Amino acid sequence: MELNNSKIKIKAKNLNVFYGKKQALFDINLDINQKEVTALIGPSGCGKSTFIRCINRMNDVIDICKVEGSVEIDGAEINEKNVDVVTLREKVGMVFQKPNPFPKSIYDNIAYGPIIHGAAENKDQMDNIVETSLKKAALWDEVKDRLNEPGTSLSGGQQQRLCIARALSVNPEVILMDEPCSALDPIATAKIEELIDDLKKSYTIVIVTHSMAQAVRVSQKTGFFHLGKIIEVDSTEKIFKNPANKMTQDYITGRFG
Amino acid sequence: MNSLIAGVILILCLSSYFFGRSEARKLVTQNIKLKALPAYYGYYLSLWCGLPALIIFGCWSLFEPTIIKVLILNNFPQIESKDLFYEQTLSFFNGNFSGEITNEIKAASIKYSSINIIAQNSKIVIIAAALIGSLTFAYRKIQKNNKARDDVEIILKILLFTSSLVAILTTVGIIVSLLFESIKFFSTINIFEFIFGTSWSPQRAFVRDASAITPEELLELQDAFGSVPLFAGTAFIALIAMCVAVPIGLFSGIYLAEYASTKARKYSKPIIEILAGIPTVVYGFFAALTVGPFFRTLGESLGLTVSSESALAAGLIMGVMIIPYISSLSDDVINSVPQSLREGSYAIGATKSETIKKVVIPAALPGIIGSILLAVSRAIGETMIVVMAAGLAANLTINPLESTTTITTQIVMILVGDQEFDSPKTQAAFALGLTLFIATLILNYIALRVVKKYREKYD
Repeated sequence: MELNNSKIKIKAKNLNVFYGKKQALFDINLDINQKEVTALIGPSGCGKSTFIRCINRMNDVIDICKVEGSVEIDGAEINEKNVDVVTLREKVGMVFQKPNPFPKSIYDNIAYGPIIHGAAENKDQMDNIVETSLKKAALWDEVKDRLNEPGTSLSGGQQQRLCIARALSVNPEVILMDEPCSALDPIATAKIEELIDDLKKSYTIVIVTHSMAQAVRVSQKTGFFHLGKIIEVDSTEKIFKNPANKMTQDYITGRFG
Repeated sequence: MNSLIAGVILILCLSSYFFGRSEARKLVTQNIKLKALPAYYGYYLSLWCGLPALIIFGCWSLFEPTIIKVLILNNFPQIESKDLFYEQTLSFFNGNFSGEITNEIKAASIKYSSINIIAQNSKIVIIAAALIGSLTFAYRKIQKNNKARDDVEIILKILLFTSSLVAILTTVGIIVSLLFESIKFFSTINIFEFIFGTSWSPQRAFVRDASAITPEELLELQDAFGSVPLFAGTAFIALIAMCVAVPIGLFSGIYLAEYASTKARKYSKPIIEILAGIPTVVYGFFAALTVGPFFRTLGESLGLTVSSESALAAGLIMGVMIIPYISSLSDDVINSVPQSLREGSYAIGATKSETIKKVVIPAALPGIIGSILLAVSRAIGETMIVVMAAGLAANLTINPLESTTTITTQIVMILVGDQEFDSPKTQAAFALGLTLFIATLILNYIALRVVKKYREKYD
């Protein structure tokens, strides 16, 4: 593994997150490497999703949620007041657990982000963005003749790839994926995993997953969360072959969680 | 007397519940496996005790007066105005008759008294027989350990079915009566004159006896019932109302759903909904006594002539009344847009207002349109505010400062006071009612279709 010579893209330092009075994350320190897939595993409710929502400040949406500590992307702190959330989220895209295409046409689903950020000057440019985004998400061939049909008319797997294409449409540097395959069948899952493998050449990817097999298949680095704490972070190979921590060992072998 | 009978039946029902239950429990002590819980036998006995007796009692009370009336009037075939005669007899019998007492009235009254006694007695006998009969029948059934649970289910099902049948039949009855009166109206007045005529002056048709209208008069009447000014006035006031209610209602709905904190929402939503609870008559005199004069003074100071009963005042207040319909419904609709759509939008970097404008509102639009259409049909059917604040003159105008009138106002004006029910003027009210009914029905239908289509969107 080229773990040591990879450049660090995202650096979380002493990150604490509270929902009201309940603390969800405790002193998280985690480095995420550039153009690599980092998988976060751990039992439900352990704070994996909360953690990735800190990277694009999606926790701002939740009133009672309070984030303390530091998250740096390319060395720049994102938790400061004067950070523009819009620009941050343009840089850090997100794909959700359940496919959530807008109730608009396939074309408009992709065009949504570029329109908001003023990325296209004319129709041709927009057509171009839509086409490349769909191609990157390996969906173009399936939908190129039906771009005006509603995004919700696609199958679950296609919808999720549409959401990935939507995230790609604004040229992000980081893509956060919150259990992107949990609502999909094995064939659709295989397609998404293939896609993730392809995307890591150009993007930094953080993926939350409940499937150990998936973590092994797609990721280079794995972090194990338990009860809001990071128990162990290492190369995926090491975590699954020879974990340092007993709890990690128990979890990946299915003894708890 | 009647209340006594009803009371006895109800008490018997109640006690037969306990009786039936204890009988069933006795069977249990005899080691008989019951086919239902003891309480079901109680219900069973109680229903069997009450229902037949109550049905007989109800039917009897419903038909008794008519039957007695026919029986008595058969004895006096020579009387001409039979209804009046019978009314006089009744009031004489009750001791509050103040007219000239004829021999016929006296005779009829004696007859009435004797028939009445027979009727009362036979009613009691028949109901008692029904009570005893059905109780014994049900009691035997209990002893035979019948499936009381299933029987109770069936009886309850019939009961519920009857209730819904009553509601449906009432609606049908209203529609039919509207239809018949309207048909009568359209047999004297040309339907095209009614729909397309532009002059509304029904007081011209105020003749004592409709049968006395000569063909010449009828011809003259034809153009007295042009309903266009009324529809125009209704639509105009509804339009003003919607101009007030749609933006305010929609924006406050969006605020409540998207921006307000949980606490603010908890308090402000009920407060807005109180607006819907204010009786329309209160809005009416507020419009007529406060807002109308205010606009007139304001207009005068600006050099405008404003009628003290203006479409503007009525429409404005009606709009205020409708705000909660739109705000509350659109708040619900916006809330039901899945949170995942909002997050999807935020995650690409959209701001809150961009998300609302481009994702939430489009997704909620069918529901919002549905709520607006429901509000429109409410505005069209609203009566009290326009009666008090909009005026009576059927002006065909688009000046909101002039007084105008609506369909509902005219129906009220036509039917207030003593009316001949066969004059075209009165029948015009039914024709107006029918058209109004059809208009709101179509609007409601469209609204429901739109809302239904919306429901299918996410599921």
